[in-house]
Amino acid sequence: MRLTSVAGLLALAALAGLGGCGKPQLSDAEKKTIASLALNTLPSLKPDTTNQYGDAPAAAALGSTLFFDGGISRDGTVSCSTCHKIDRQFQDDLPQAVGVGHTNRRTMPLAGVARNPWFFWDGRRDSLWAQALTPLENPLEQAGNRAAFAHYIKKRFGERYERIFGPLPDLSTVPANASPLGTDAEKAAWNAMPAGEQDDVNRVYANIGKAIAAFERSIEPQQTRFDRFAIDLATGAKAEGDAAFSPEEILGLKLFIGKANCVTCHNGPRFTDNSFHNTGVPPVDGLPPDRGRVDAVAQVEADPFNCLGKFRDGDESACRELRFMVKDGPQIVRAYKTPSLRGAASRPPYMHAGQFATLDEVVAHYSKAPLAAEGVSEVHPLDLSDRERAALVAFLKTLSD
Amino acid sequence: MASIWRYILAGLGLAALLAGIVAAVYLTLPQSASGPDISRTKKTANGLFVASFEPERGVVRQGELQSWLLTLKTAAGAPVEGAAITVSGGMPQHDHGLPTSPQATDYLGDGRYRIDGIKFTMSGWWQLRFAISAGAGSGVVVFNIVL
Repeated sequence: MRLTSVAGLLALAALAGLGGCGKPQLSDAEKKTIASLALNTLPSLKPDTTNQYGDAPAAAALGSTLFFDGGISRDGTVSCSTCHKIDRQFQDDLPQAVGVGHTNRRTMPLAGVARNPWFFWDGRRDSLWAQALTPLENPLEQAGNRAAFAHYIKKRFGERYERIFGPLPDLSTVPANASPLGTDAEKAAWNAMPAGEQDDVNRVYANIGKAIAAFERSIEPQQTRFDRFAIDLATGAKAEGDAAFSPEEILGLKLFIGKANCVTCHNGPRFTDNSFHNTGVPPVDGLPPDRGRVDAVAQVEADPFNCLGKFRDGDESACRELRFMVKDGPQIVRAYKTPSLRGAASRPPYMHAGQFATLDEVVAHYSKAPLAAEGVSEVHPLDLSDRERAALVAFLKTLSD
Repeated sequence: MASIWRYILAGLGLAALLAGIVAAVYLTLPQSASGPDISRTKKTANGLFVASFEPERGVVRQGELQSWLLTLKTAAGAPVEGAAITVSGGMPQHDHGLPTSPQATDYLGDGRYRIDGIKFTMSGWWQLRFAISAGAGSGVVVFNIVL
């Protein structure tokens, strides 16, 4: 008799301890953070004043044609979409992108890309249109040169181009191949061109980037299970169907916004702070030295297509990110951009050079927080249990479903 | 045998009572206000200047480049003109600096300086440190901003 009453007491105590376990137990502060991550808080996309064609449908249409056009590359086979695959979140599932050659960086997906202040993993470009130009001349990506691009546009898309950007310049004396960044022969050909001719070619080249950017502005993140859960949580509605989270997913979410500190950098509706951090991700053997943001600063400053350059539309007030960027200091050594986590679960491998094959490896890395190969890692060991790591992965999957 | 269960029961009861008392004390105690001083008006460490620091458009938004106004007065209340100001800072708990390099970009008169290029990329405790140099001398003031 006494035995059963003790057992009853214990059972009661256990019930009290687990009170309301069937429902998500989230504090007001947690609810506020969750609401700040939901897609419905994403503001509408602001115009890019540095690209006056950014919201022109004809420019986006030409940009779309160019995005999928392999003919623009040196060997006639590599388009933007070779690596930014439309049916794969505009990425390629490879540890490092392969264009004409093998690059040293993971292809980034494009959902919401027009909202970035900086482009590439290291932020070496400061606008979407300046970004779009860079692979075109990278010998490992599309391997072309700007004189060849100008001729190509005139030959293939002259009429469409002129309807958007006005008359093409006279290219009759422009060499077939010339660029300040190309082979020695292309550089020599470029240097032999009069400044006015160089300007003409650069203008056509910049407009190619502006058209591609106009197309890319339409690529936006989609609603996920997490967003449906967050809306129900905010409105107090009972989560139905797949909007209901399992106890493991709830635990993962609580860890994400709490003890695991993920939300420190992966914040806002895109799950990124748009900044650069050294998180101790190891270098990849066999790839060239890669110091991240610290080397990108000089590149973006030197880029003639940056916001302060003469190919920008609108006024200089759009250039505050560039004007106020951090140019040196230990914090930008091996610092890389915080990627959005939307859709991440369905696009391994991870990190700037595809260092980790699975989300389990990513979470294990952040739990262990090894020292950085160079510079100082900002993350500290978490010592998450197996159950906690699995819960974080389960939560991350809700950003892909 | 029976007496053992009695002791266990009594022990459980005492533990529950203790837990209740601890919880009650914990819940009724005022939260220890050990957070940083977030006042928006402060004297420089040497007392030479009084500095006020406010967002130019009134609200602090996470993740956006913002301009703030730094108003400098002497201890006697006269506006400080022609000051050279350098800005630094970071997040003391994360051991990292600012994500941008804010600068004093404009003098707006009456001791007011526009500090542009401020961006708070995450929630938490931020510090902005101003080194001020003017005709009357130099001083340093640190503002804490908690998001």
